[in-house]
Amino acid sequence: MEERELVEYFRAQIREDPDVASAVAAIRSLLEFLKRDQSESCLVFRESVQGYEMRMLTNACASLGETILGLRENQTKAIQRLEETDSSVAVSSGGELFLRFISLTSLEHPDLSQCKNVMIERGELFLKKISLSRGKVGKLCHTFIKDGAKILTHSSSRVVLKVLENAAADNKRFTVYVTESQPDSAGKLMAQKLHNLNIPVTVVLDAAVGYIMEKVDLVIVGAEGVVESGGVINKIGTYQMAVCSKAHNKPFYVVAESFKFVRLYPLNQQDVPDRFKYKADILKTVKDLNQEHPMIDYTPPSLITLLFTDLGVLTPSAVSDELIKLYL
Amino acid sequence: MGERLTTSTLLVTDGGVIHPDCFSHQFTSAKSRRSETWRTRLADRLTASTTLQGEGKELTKEEKQRLRKEKKQHKKNKKDDRGPPEKEKEKEKASVPAPSKPATQSPAHKAAPVPVNASASESPVAAEKPAKSKAELRAERRARQDSERASKQGKKEGGQQSTSSKPKATPNELQPVVKRLPDHVQVDDPVALKKLAKKLERQQVPLRSDYGYKVSLFSHLHQYSRKNPPTQQISIPVTVIHPSIVRLGLQYSQGIIAGSNARSVALLHAFKQVIQDYSTPPNEELSRDLVNKLSPYISFLSQCRPLSASMGNAIKYIKKEISNIPSQCKEEEAKRILQECIDSYINEKIILASEAISKYAIEKISDGDVILVYGCSSLVNHILCEAFEKQRKFRVIVVDSRPRLEGREALRRLVKKGIRCTYVLISALSYILPEVSKVFLGAHALLANGYVMSRVGTSQIALVAKAYNVPVLVCCETYKFCERVQTDSFVSNELDDPDDLIVTRNGKTHLENWQTVKSLGLLNLVYDVTPPDFVDLVITDLGMIPCTSVPVVLRVKNVDQ
Repeated sequence: MEERELVEYFRAQIREDPDVASAVAAIRSLLEFLKRDQSESCLVFRESVQGYEMRMLTNACASLGETILGLRENQTKAIQRLEETDSSVAVSSGGELFLRFISLTSLEHPDLSQCKNVMIERGELFLKKISLSRGKVGKLCHTFIKDGAKILTHSSSRVVLKVLENAAADNKRFTVYVTESQPDSAGKLMAQKLHNLNIPVTVVLDAAVGYIMEKVDLVIVGAEGVVESGGVINKIGTYQMAVCSKAHNKPFYVVAESFKFVRLYPLNQQDVPDRFKYKADILKTVKDLNQEHPMIDYTPPSLITLLFTDLGVLTPSAVSDELIKLYL
Repeated sequence: MGERLTTSTLLVTDGGVIHPDCFSHQFTSAKSRRSETWRTRLADRLTASTTLQGEGKELTKEEKQRLRKEKKQHKKNKKDDRGPPEKEKEKEKASVPAPSKPATQSPAHKAAPVPVNASASESPVAAEKPAKSKAELRAERRARQDSERASKQGKKEGGQQSTSSKPKATPNELQPVVKRLPDHVQVDDPVALKKLAKKLERQQVPLRSDYGYKVSLFSHLHQYSRKNPPTQQISIPVTVIHPSIVRLGLQYSQGIIAGSNARSVALLHAFKQVIQDYSTPPNEELSRDLVNKLSPYISFLSQCRPLSASMGNAIKYIKKEISNIPSQCKEEEAKRILQECIDSYINEKIILASEAISKYAIEKISDGDVILVYGCSSLVNHILCEAFEKQRKFRVIVVDSRPRLEGREALRRLVKKGIRCTYVLISALSYILPEVSKVFLGAHALLANGYVMSRVGTSQIALVAKAYNVPVLVCCETYKFCERVQTDSFVSNELDDPDDLIVTRNGKTHLENWQTVKSLGLLNLVYDVTPPDFVDLVITDLGMIPCTSVPVVLRVKNVDQ
């Protein structure tokens, strides 16, 4: 499968199902890529792999190891290609977790196609698990919304929408304030979706977060990535909202699926890598990034009360524990 | 919303004593345990000696250890009593009727049936007790308590079980379960001092005496003078202590070898020499005899200077390796194995670890950075030199403090490499911090509740950096992680020679006769602890972790072993 086809498949996934998370679409594309990966192309990679000095492989599995390595190389390249298309943190984290999950099994079969089938099976299993994760998060979080609550949220997040949907189905009465979230006005889209669910919603300016904070009872936001320190990376404006909620002593909840956990550790806003801050096409075309405005910001763990994930309800300090379990 | 626990509180749970932030770690690991057992385990930690044999559940290693300790305590009590079996049986009988009452009242409470089963297994006579009426039992119990109280008047105090028949926790009954404090933090307790003196006499190690007036807050710690090294009291050449250990002890007490990595490496090299010169006496096994030989050396070294956490971990490792030597192994072979173990420990845990840490740390250093370092940490210096070699553009501010002035050594090393440095004293900290973009600190040890123990002054730097919103990064190898928990710098610390604080300026030494002034005390602290809220990131050889994840690393390490 060519890289162009991969990107096309990815874009088609997003077009067909706008409700799907971009990371899920990326993982589906990677799985498809794996399925269509011809053995011959692996032989081409054998030379490049040898060039990487992987001579520590034992003779017994040398030939096998190289072709499996070839598969992994292909997958890594595919992930990089997808990141270039959609530079969100979730695609990067989801891709890496997918790769780890499918290779975390005994690949001792002498036949390459059998190994591939094992990897494909694991891939399908992973995909199934993560498609259910949004539902799990929704079920966990909606109990924290009390009757008569006023909720503040930021920009458009499908997970937050699911949570509010579950709460509404539970016959709870609550009102929602959504920030406009410039420059793409995603907040208005969120307001429309909530309106369709018959939830009373008000759109506020990004600058009005401090003003509205005294009225609301809790703040719920989604996340594009959850980092090792327990902080989150999300649409620009989230950090501001977190600081305001801390000043007003309102709980600040983050809802995220577990495939968004990423092995980054930013110390401050500047420490977030550039490839996540800006949109993919801007990274390619623009020379001087100082003129561009970043699309995401980093919220440190000291401002977050709780994180709702499909692994359970976590405090920010427990995220590191979960990450160690996921990645080691 | 429930009450938010402050960081200075600690939680006592059946999983151990932990920091509230680390509670969720314990919780996620505890999910795998059965939910019923936690309550019994919690009750066990808080109540008197109980034996779980009657329960028929699986005993964990800690519970087995506790059982062994309790049995030992039991035997000691029996020796002290001099009216042994009757008193014990009476106590058991006394404790049986009481638990049977609360057992009926609260059947759900599992702690009560446990002592019932326990005492039942120990004194079968008690089985007939429930047949009597409750009033009769109460009267009997009261009579017994009075007689016991009368007989207790003439007895010694230590280690006696309380006469209370309630299964709830009382301070006396806690003794068998609570661990003893280490010797070096019990200097103001004469009983502990006597025990220590006896132990040292047995091992033929000289006891070092304290020097000068100690500030009352720290009177539980030792304070030695550099002018009286313990080596003066050792007769040469006849001595039980190996000469390389004597030399090492002298180097420690005079401050010639300082810094936790240097001390550990020197210790391991000295032990290599000891193992080389060791010969098994006839009818003895190397694995057991060598460990016994090492104990007086370790006592001697801790008399010269209290052991650091890294040294403690190294010693634990060596002892484990020695006791794992198979008995059929020849002496030469065993010595070779041990030498290799020590070499690989130094290589893996110190040298390779610092390589790994530099790799992670260099990612965090960007061009144009102004980095602040404090004192002389071998690891931080290594990181900065590596970063400079990798063509990163940064400059360094070295902060120093009296009386050790270790920053000068760090300054010398960095300038030799060609790095642009500035040198200030710690009093100028708030003046230069607005310029700083990152703070790199070394650590002496990382405690289980996420606190960082490091050279005195470190917590001050972390505090001021937090106030200026400057990220604080602590670099520490995993072999320095220790299981201890501490929330302040008072409970366990080290007092250095107070005469170091005396300074001569313009030919005048004002503090020369400080000992004659009764109201004056000189305090020369060596370490302090920094809370995890002030530390943004800990870089270890396992990766970059937040400060609250130290217990996770300790757990992973224990699983590995």
